[in-house]
Amino acid sequence: MSLTIPDGEFVAIMGQNGAGKTTLVKHFNGLLKPTKGEVLVDGVSTRSVSVAKLARKIGFVFQNPDHQLFSETVEEEIAFALRNFGFEEATIEKHVTWALNLLDLTEYRKASPFMLSGGERKRVALASVLAWDPSVVILDEPTIGQDHKQKEKLRQFIVQLNEQGKTVVIVTHDVEFVAECNPRVILMVDGKIVASGEAKRILSDAALTYSASIVPPQITQVFHNLANFGLPSDVIDVYEAKKILLGLFGEIKR
Amino acid sequence: MSVFEGFRFRHVTSSIHKLDPRVKFLFVLAIFIIAVLFTEVLPLLILFFLPLPFVFAARVQREWVRSLRGAIFLATIIFVFNFVFGYFYQLQAGAVLLEYSISMSLRFMVLVESFSIFFLTTSPDHLSLALEQSHVPYEFTFAFTTAVRFVPVLAEEAQTIMDAQKARGLELERGNFLKRIRNYIPILIPLIVSAIRRSLELAEAMESRAWGASPKRTNLYTLKMKSGDFVLIVLSILLLTIGLYLRYFVSIPPLSYFLP
Amino acid sequence: MAVIETKSLEYAYPGVNKPSLKDISLSIEKGEFVMLTGPSGCGKTTLCRCLNGLIPHFYGGEMNGELIVAGLRVSEHPINELAKRVGLVFQNPENQLFALSVEKDVAFGLENMGVPRYEIQKRVDWALQIAGIEDLRERAPHELSGGQQQRVAIAGVLAMQPEIMIFDEPTSFLDPLGAQKIFEVINDLNKKLAITVILVEHRLDLASKYADHVIVIDEGKVVLDGEPREIFNSETAWLLGVGVPKVVRLWHLLKENGMSLSGVPVNSEEATSFLLEVLKRR
Repeated sequence: MSLTIPDGEFVAIMGQNGAGKTTLVKHFNGLLKPTKGEVLVDGVSTRSVSVAKLARKIGFVFQNPDHQLFSETVEEEIAFALRNFGFEEATIEKHVTWALNLLDLTEYRKASPFMLSGGERKRVALASVLAWDPSVVILDEPTIGQDHKQKEKLRQFIVQLNEQGKTVVIVTHDVEFVAECNPRVILMVDGKIVASGEAKRILSDAALTYSASIVPPQITQVFHNLANFGLPSDVIDVYEAKKILLGLFGEIKR
Repeated sequence: MSVFEGFRFRHVTSSIHKLDPRVKFLFVLAIFIIAVLFTEVLPLLILFFLPLPFVFAARVQREWVRSLRGAIFLATIIFVFNFVFGYFYQLQAGAVLLEYSISMSLRFMVLVESFSIFFLTTSPDHLSLALEQSHVPYEFTFAFTTAVRFVPVLAEEAQTIMDAQKARGLELERGNFLKRIRNYIPILIPLIVSAIRRSLELAEAMESRAWGASPKRTNLYTLKMKSGDFVLIVLSILLLTIGLYLRYFVSIPPLSYFLP
Repeated sequence: MAVIETKSLEYAYPGVNKPSLKDISLSIEKGEFVMLTGPSGCGKTTLCRCLNGLIPHFYGGEMNGELIVAGLRVSEHPINELAKRVGLVFQNPENQLFALSVEKDVAFGLENMGVPRYEIQKRVDWALQIAGIEDLRERAPHELSGGQQQRVAIAGVLAMQPEIMIFDEPTSFLDPLGAQKIFEVINDLNKKLAITVILVEHRLDLASKYADHVIVIDEGKVVLDGEPREIFNSETAWLLGVGVPKVVRLWHLLKENGMSLSGVPVNSEEATSFLLEVLKRR
């Protein structure tokens, strides 16, 4: 497998459960080392650096926040990584406050993470990873179990992170979510990369999505069904769909 | 860890695997009793090689050898202790003491090997069925089966938790002894919390499947004793009889009798 | 004939001041396919737990108001009796499978009920066939994919032959294809076996084509209760942040700009046919 992710890119790694998405991203921060070949982070091979050192640059948010939470207070939880990295107490204090603010958790500073709701715990896990301001953020299946509103907030947050210059990698099978984010999409099937490119192009390719066992976005499905009427086949965004249809409708009225 | 490999069940079918676990247990018990009866090397040696045909019939040689390899370490300790303390107690190191120490470690090996064969050839399913039909209260059998069922799940979860914390800069290998123990707190706590949460969900699911609906619980499977089982029962009784006879009516020559 | 009836149902978890359910009054007819949805924390899961008796018997706390399920007053019957009529499939596939083989797991409920062995075997075979997992009979739960595990769980509940089956976000951990398979199985249970189905879901785009009755809950109260079309179309659903299918959103956007379709589409097939009508006029 050969892959390059340039600095500041927004990538979605997609595929069926079991296609190897999580296995792949675990190589990015050295949790897994390649059997053959190399993984280079900023030009340095992951084999020659410890996971802790790589973690300084690469933040990895795991799927289940309960696999991370263990502290008495949210504050401690967020400070954990900062302490591991050897930050000074004063700096830690600042970073913690900043992270709490970023994710709307200031009121829970002294609360026990275990007492919070599912959505809040996810935010604590996210805050604890963003606290040390890594330049790369990897999110493994961030949309699982979230309702529509939560997903929307998450989407805006992720886009914001990317706009701030961070490289963002999300591992997901949520096609509608990706259609709204419009990142670069890397499609995986059985441990191999079968496609890489614009979300628009890949998600609307019926043969490709079928082979990867993904369902194309609803809007795309509708447009495919109506291909005979001259509707473009690479529409994944509902607003774009509206424009196109209104255009056609206008023609009809005339 | 290899000693544990010698106890894990393998998905193989053989005539030994098909035997009723209760009967197999009886056989192992018979060996255990006889092992305890003798302190002479000769009978213990015979006992040690006795289950070999079973090992080969069940095709579990490799795993069985692994369990023995793991047990040798402890067996050596037993030998050394017996010899050393025996020496200080008697103030002489004679052939008798040597033989006795060898016997004690041999006895230990016999125990390990027979239980190893038992667990290698009995699936946890089979085992729990045997427990149920032996009128062990279902709560215990259920606890046993569920524990076995979740061992691989918990192992995977422990790995995931370690990965998650390593990705936050946790270094498990660094620091002095005390620091290393403290490093495991971020792994243990999520593991325990997760186990508790899991138990709650399991309890809900059990209740929803009518747990306790009937005082008399039925079973999809049932253990029926077949010809092979009866043969093994006869063998076990024979073994016990011979063993008891030899012990109380025949004098066993010590090792030195066979050596020049 | 209402198979589930609640009047002013109210419940608060023990030790919690704020009630999780407030004044819930619902009526569900036999054979319906009900979709229960709402923002996270609204009380959907709590309501499911009430329907099979986990509340109040397992969780404790105070339950007020009336709740009658399959002819039984929930507060007066133990869970193991209600379980014979109401089945509940949970969100996490891993934590509702107990045994070391699929077959034994599906038999679990029947063994608890003391059903004779030959009957257990028959029902297990039947349930495995309906869930489409006969080939997984001898496998261990840990070796299975999430979707397969959920089908085992469904078979295990189905084997008890309940009149009502409740599914609490069964596809949360599954990929879209796995989720679709589960919805198809659930739909079969409803259409072919006449089992009343209650499905709690966020992913309305995948599940909306099956339901004939949608209930939206917010902060412990029922805010919308009716047909899928009118619910997805409503302003309230949109404001609550309910994950209305994209095609409904498209319909809205088109309507705002003067282009109306002959109806509100709830899935891609309907959207296709409505748009087809308009485009054919070209």
